[in-house]
Formats: sequence, structure tokens, C-alpha cells
Amino acid sequence: MPVFWLVLILLALAVAGYFIGRIRAVNSVGGDSRVLHSLPVYYGASAAISVLVPAMGLLAIWLLAQPILVERSVSGMIPSSLIPDGANLNLVMADVRRVAEGLNVAVQQGAISNEQARTLRAETSDIRAVLGQVGVALGQEVRPEVLRAAQSYRNLSASGALAMTVTVLALAMVGLGVSIRISHGQFRARNVVERVILLLLMAAASLAILTTIGIVFSMLFESINFFRLHSVSDFFFGATWAPNFRGDSDLSILPLLWGTLYISFIALLVAVPIGLFAAIFLSEYAGPKTRAIAKPLLEILAGIPTIVYGLFALLTVGPLLVSLFGQSGTLGVNWMSGATSVLTAGAVMGIMLVPFVSSLSDDIINAVPQSIRDGSLGLGATPSETIRNVVIPAALPGIVGAILLAASRAIGETMIVVMGAGAIAKFSLSPFDSMTTITTRIVSQLTGDGDFSSPETLVAFALGLTLFVLTLGLNVLALVIVRKYREQYE
Amino acid sequence: MSDATTPKGELQSSIHHMSARTKRRNAAERRFRAYGIAAIAIGLLMLVTLVYAILSKGAGAFSQSFVTMQVELQEAKLDKKGNRNIEEIKKVTTFGYAPLIKDAFEKVVGDRGIETDLKSKEMAALLSKSAASQLREYVIANPEKIGETIEFRFLANSRIDGYLKGRVTRESIANDKNVNAEQLDFADQLINAGILEKTFNIDFIIGADASDQRPEAAGIGVAMMGSLFMMLTVLALSLPIGVAASIYLEEFAPKNWITDVIEVNISNLAAVPSIVFGILGLAVFINYMHLPQSAPLVGGLVLTLMTLPTIIISTRASLKAVPPSIRDAALGVGASRMQSVFHHVLPLAAPGILTGTIIGLAQALGETAPLLLIGMIGFIASNMPQTIGEGLLSPNSAMPAQIYEWAKRADPAFYERAWGGIIILLIFLVSMNTLAVILRRRFERRW
Repeated sequence: MPVFWLVLILLALAVAGYFIGRIRAVNSVGGDSRVLHSLPVYYGASAAISVLVPAMGLLAIWLLAQPILVERSVSGMIPSSLIPDGANLNLVMADVRRVAEGLNVAVQQGAISNEQARTLRAETSDIRAVLGQVGVALGQEVRPEVLRAAQSYRNLSASGALAMTVTVLALAMVGLGVSIRISHGQFRARNVVERVILLLLMAAASLAILTTIGIVFSMLFESINFFRLHSVSDFFFGATWAPNFRGDSDLSILPLLWGTLYISFIALLVAVPIGLFAAIFLSEYAGPKTRAIAKPLLEILAGIPTIVYGLFALLTVGPLLVSLFGQSGTLGVNWMSGATSVLTAGAVMGIMLVPFVSSLSDDIINAVPQSIRDGSLGLGATPSETIRNVVIPAALPGIVGAILLAASRAIGETMIVVMGAGAIAKFSLSPFDSMTTITTRIVSQLTGDGDFSSPETLVAFALGLTLFVLTLGLNVLALVIVRKYREQYE
Repeated sequence: MSDATTPKGELQSSIHHMSARTKRRNAAERRFRAYGIAAIAIGLLMLVTLVYAILSKGAGAFSQSFVTMQVELQEAKLDKKGNRNIEEIKKVTTFGYAPLIKDAFEKVVGDRGIETDLKSKEMAALLSKSAASQLREYVIANPEKIGETIEFRFLANSRIDGYLKGRVTRESIANDKNVNAEQLDFADQLINAGILEKTFNIDFIIGADASDQRPEAAGIGVAMMGSLFMMLTVLALSLPIGVAASIYLEEFAPKNWITDVIEVNISNLAAVPSIVFGILGLAVFINYMHLPQSAPLVGGLVLTLMTLPTIIISTRASLKAVPPSIRDAALGVGASRMQSVFHHVLPLAAPGILTGTIIGLAQALGETAPLLLIGMIGFIASNMPQTIGEGLLSPNSAMPAQIYEWAKRADPAFYERAWGGIIILLIFLVSMNTLAVILRRRFERRW
């Protein structure tokens, strides 16, 4: 792991820089640290920073950029005749990378020498057998162009890594030299160190933006690739979802959206009345003791991982519902054929959302000023009349916001629907039917060995982007409503 | 005037006489209150049902049925030449060991006087499919024991194990090809003879996952290590980055549009569905950076991005709770702003930050959806990582992913494992949250 060692060397240099910088600064004023502009620590730290920060920054950029540059120059070597129909350049490049990695493994294990790895020719030796010996399995015979590309990939990567090590170390040494030179009593070390720390803090804060950009772009690019292969109108307005890995699939989001919304609707049907009444009782009726016990107990439901709810849906609630509504069930209605259904997933998701609705509404109901309640009670209304006619209307925008947030949770929830909802994409009104959702399809299209050039795999990114936009829209709407409502009473 | 608005008769009420309307209003009041109590009761009932379902179905995973018996390591079968050459011993496959087990069963039947019509092959089918390889590993590790008779403790087959736990009954096996009623009778006799017994199963907690054929051998230990390495990654990255971001936003950020954008971003990220982070991880870490698939490092990176908003929000709250007078005092005696934050505000906010971090980690520990996308399912996590590098980079599962994997398998014996895995996962979550509560109670300062 050469990068690991490189980082260790940089760290060692930084530690050395710390001590040299500190000692030099203290010596420059004859050992009397009171005369220094800053505390001695800052001289050491500024030296360590000037070793570490530029070198580490360069290292990070290099590690990110090198693969792209190498890939670009290598992919130029592959003639277009080599790209089979239906596949694209990425697939061939994946082959190239695999062969290159295989050669690395083979050299590492001593099966072939480095020289051999450079000069092997597919025409003369059986690469597949050589790599097979060291445990690298290749799907098909290695074509000469691929092998040559792989070799140049290796060479470029190796020389890139060497250049990186040299440059980074050189930069670190320069940093060390400069910092030692300027490390004397009059140097404003603290100001420099603090400015760098502030920059690092800013960088950490902007990681949030970077993450969002990463999310949007990673899905956007792949979605664009998807829409190049598949018609936009079929995706948004088609009526069937029938992925077919031999191509020519019907990939429409509408049946999935229907399933998602139906399940979310049932979840809210369970969660909203229970959550809302629980919140009303806790904030308006319950004494402090009941509140102190019941509120945390309800909130446990929100802390349970969704995989637990998923298993509960699949193995407990589903069979229970089948024993009620299924064939030879207690009710004898034969409405349900399997354990997975909209109702199974919806009911369990509803349980999960109860504390979400209740604690948000609780906060909002508590924010309604007491004077409004007192006014109503003083006019002779009973507590329930006060709640129904005064408190709830006053809190309504906030409660709507809470329900929207819960809806966005329900739409984005994955594990419960993956395990409880089933896999059949259809438009059906019966809650006892098995249906599928956007998140379920994202999981099923992206797990397994899909290649990233077929529309059947890429559709997951378009689904993800739709999901992201949908939940983001709901969240923003909810936040705007809640914020507006809060301002009303502040 | 009052006559016009209040008709005489029913509406007139006093302390002694309640009018119908008052009765109605009071009844409505009681009903409304009852709805509230019912809502709380339903919520708590669901919690109790959930906990009961988990405990009742998962407890079985912690005990396992074992068959203890003497096996003669026959020299004629294992080392025909008798020269104890390890290479030649290794050439005997597990098929070569199967007869030893059959012979051992024959001997048990003879010694204990058990009457059965079963053939020795059917008797040996009571054991897990791992029994022969367990023998083989023992012999390869101790070749000098060949020829002796050693006591072995074999895992019983999952059906027999289910029979001891009450999951499998004579009625339920009517269509089961793997076990028949005679074998259950034989198992009964073995239980009476003290050969077959159910004991605590430490291997479930520390062991590795097993193939779909051997649910009785599956354990969650390796997945636990995967989760541990993931959590280490999350802790190492999200704590410093989260604290740094919060310090900037809370203490230094100027009020301008950039800060606004960052703040809106963070609150939105907290509400992005977790699966979207999985897509991000797949696209950026695996497809673009070519980090190894299924590696706990990648899982940790994805979960870091997911937990950062949680940690930032709670850290900012605890920084905000430190009163401005502390900062003013530090600035007053000549500290720089950076010094006042790092020397005074941050240490005072540390308990709150720690609590928030632990809660964020607990959330990350139970998260499953993003792990599915970066490939932490669909294989058998059977190798315990030996070094830290291996722990971070070699393919592994994680506890929730392992539970999902078990829930997907066809054999119902794995469901018991899944529930058992959930018990372990919940024990971790409960202890982390308890720790957070204790820390908060112990160190929280009210200003």
C-alpha cells in the first residue's frame, strides 16, 4: 500500500517540522518565549501545517484525477471495431482494468516477472491460464488489443504513482524548508495557523454542499445515459414496468409511483390518527408523569432500525393478514394470496411513522400560546372543544407540515417495502395485492451483476433522481409551512 | 332578550340537573379523551407486540442442538499406508469421513440398546452437513490421533434442531423430504440417552455465516466485525468533520447567502432517503473511484455522509447551549476567537457532542438500504478479518445486511437466525442509547 506509506512519511515529516519550527522560533529569541509573537506551539503547528496541507491536498487531487487521465488515454487505444454491438466502451474498459489488475496480482505473487507482464503478447501466450493460476478468473479470451491496453494502463498507472510520490514528497520538503526559514520570533505564527484552521472548518462545512452536488450529479449523469437509451415519454407516461435483461424492456415509473403512493397512503392512514391523537393526549391531557413515561416509550418505535420492521412485516404481519383475509382464513374471504401486500407494508410502515407524527405534532401543539386556550376555556368550552375548534386550527399548518414530512419518509422508505410489499408492478386498487415501489425497484435493479450500460440497470438512477426530487420537494414544502407557522406565534 | 336566544326547558341546567346538551358535551369530552388514551395504548401495544415477536422468535437462535458421541478415527479409512503423511491424509475428502460417522451411530445404537429401523445413512442425516468436514479438520490438525476413539460434539441438522425447539413437528414434516417421522423417533431416543441435547450456542454470536444448506451453523460474528469496521470508519470521519462543520457554522460563519445555502443543505440532507446515499456510494465510491465492492470502508464512507447531518445538528445545538459569557470572558483575557472556541467552548460542549455522535452511530449501525446497493449482501461472509486493512477492504457483510440475507433465504430455519440477529443488533442499539442518556445525565450542565 504505497499511498499508506506515503501518508506515514508525510506525517513523520510533519512531526519533524513541528519540533524544528518550534525549537528554531524559541532559539531565535534566545529561549525567552515571552518575546515571541505567538505561543511556541503555533510555530511548531505552522511548520507542520505547511508540510502537511499542500502535500495532502495534492495527494488527494492526484488520486482523484489520475484514474480519469489514465483511462482517457488508454481508451483512445481501443479501436471501435473491438466494441461489440450492444456493449459500449465502458464494458471493454472494465475488461482492460480487470486484466491490468490480474497482471498486478500475478507479478505480486511471483507467477510472472514485471518484465514479462510488460511484454506478454496475447498472440504468443495464454493470458487467461497465467492469470487463472494466481486466482484471477477472466470471462473470455483476452484479445490482443485489450491486453496491450491493459499493459499501457499498468505502465501509465505505475509511472503516475511514481510521479505522484516524488511530487508529493518534494512539495512536503519545500513546505518544510519554507516553514523552517520563516520560523523566527517576529513571524505571526498564530494568525497563519488560525487562518488555515478556519479554512479547514469551512471545507468541512461545505462538504454538505459537496454531498448534495455528488448526489445530484451522480444520478443526473447516469439518468442522462438512461434517457439516451430509453424514451423519456415511456419512462414518465408509459403504463407497464417489465424489465427484460435481453433488452427492449418497458420501463415506466407510473406503476411504481402508484405502488409507492398507495403504500404511503395506507401508512399515513395508520400513522396520522394514532400519532395525532397521541400528541393531543400527551400535550393537552396527560400529566407530567404519564408524559415522561409514554413519550420516550413511543419514541423507541422511531429508533428501531427499518430492517426490524421489514422482518416484522415479512414474517409476522404478512402471515397474520393471510390467516385473516387469505384462502381458508378466519374471515373466509380469500382476498389475499401471499404474505406480501400493500396492506402489510403500509400497516408496518404506519407503526414506524407513529412517533414521527406524534413528536412533531406534539412540538407544534405545544407552541400554540396558552392564552388562546385560556380564552376558549374561559368562554365555557370544554377541553375537547377547545382542542378541536381552537388549538388544532391554530396548529394546522404545522401539523400539515409534519404529515408532509412523514409522507416524504414513507415514500423514501426502503427496507419495509423491499421485504413486505412484493415485486409485482401493477395498477390495482385492492390493498391485499402485492405491489412494488420505486425504492424496491432501485434495489432490485442495482443488486446483482447488472452492467452499467444497459437501460435496465441505468433506470435505477432515473428512479433515484425522481425519488430525490419528490422527497426534496415534500421536505422543502413542509419546512416552508412549518417555518411560516412558527413565525406567526413568535 | 334572553328568552329569545335560550329557549326554556331542556337547555336550562344547574348543579343538580344536567341538561341533555351538557350531557352530550361531556360525553364528547370523555370520548375525545378516550381516543387519545386509545392512540397511546395502540402505540404502546405495537411496541410490546414488536418486542414480543422479536424475543419469542429470536431466542431460539441462541441455543442449538448438539449430538455428542465417540467416533473412532479408523486408520484403514483415513491413512491406508499408516505413515501419517499429512499430504496423503489431506487427500481423503469429506466423503471418506462419512462412513466413520455412520459407524459411530451404529455403535451408539448397539451400546445403548436403541431400537430403530433406520439405516446408518439415515441416522447420519440427523447431523449437520458440516459434521464430516469438522472431523476432517480435526484429523488434519491432529494426525497423531488417527486410530484412537475421540469424543466429538456435532451440530444437529436444522430440522432436528427445529424439532427440539418445537418449530418442527410430526405434522409439519409431512411434505418434507429432508426428514421423516422415524428420524424424529430416533431423535427422541437419542435425547433420552443424553446424546442429543440443546445447549447455549456461542457460535451464533461469534461464528461466521454458512451456506443455505446449513442454517444450523450460521453465525453473525463476522458480520459483527464488518459492522465494527464500518462504525470505526464512520466515527473516525464523521466526528471530526461534523464538529469542524458545526464550529464553523455556529461560531465563525458570516451571515450571508453561502452560509444560508450550507444550512439549508444540511437540513435537507438529513431528510434525504437513505437509499439515495446508497446510489451515491455506488456511483462515486465504486464506479468512479473503483474502491472494492462490499468493503466495510465503502459502507463506512456512505454511512458517514448519512450521519453527518445528524451529528452537525446535535453538535450545533450543544455549541449553542454554551452561554456567550464564556466566550466573552475568554476574549476579555486576550484569547483569540479560535482559542476561545477550542479552549473553552468546545470542551464545555463535549458531552453534548458525544451524546449526539453516539446516537448518530446507533442510527448508522441499523441502516440497511445503502448497504444493499454497495454489495454487502448476496455472498457468504465466512472469513474473519485478520488485520485492520483486511477488515476495512476485504468483502464483508454487516449485521443488518446479514439479517436481510437470512430473511431472504428459503429455509425457515434461517428466519430464527434473522430474529436472533435482530436481538443482537438491538442489544447494541439499546446499550449505545443508554450510554448516551447516561452521558447526558452525568455531564450535562444547565447554565
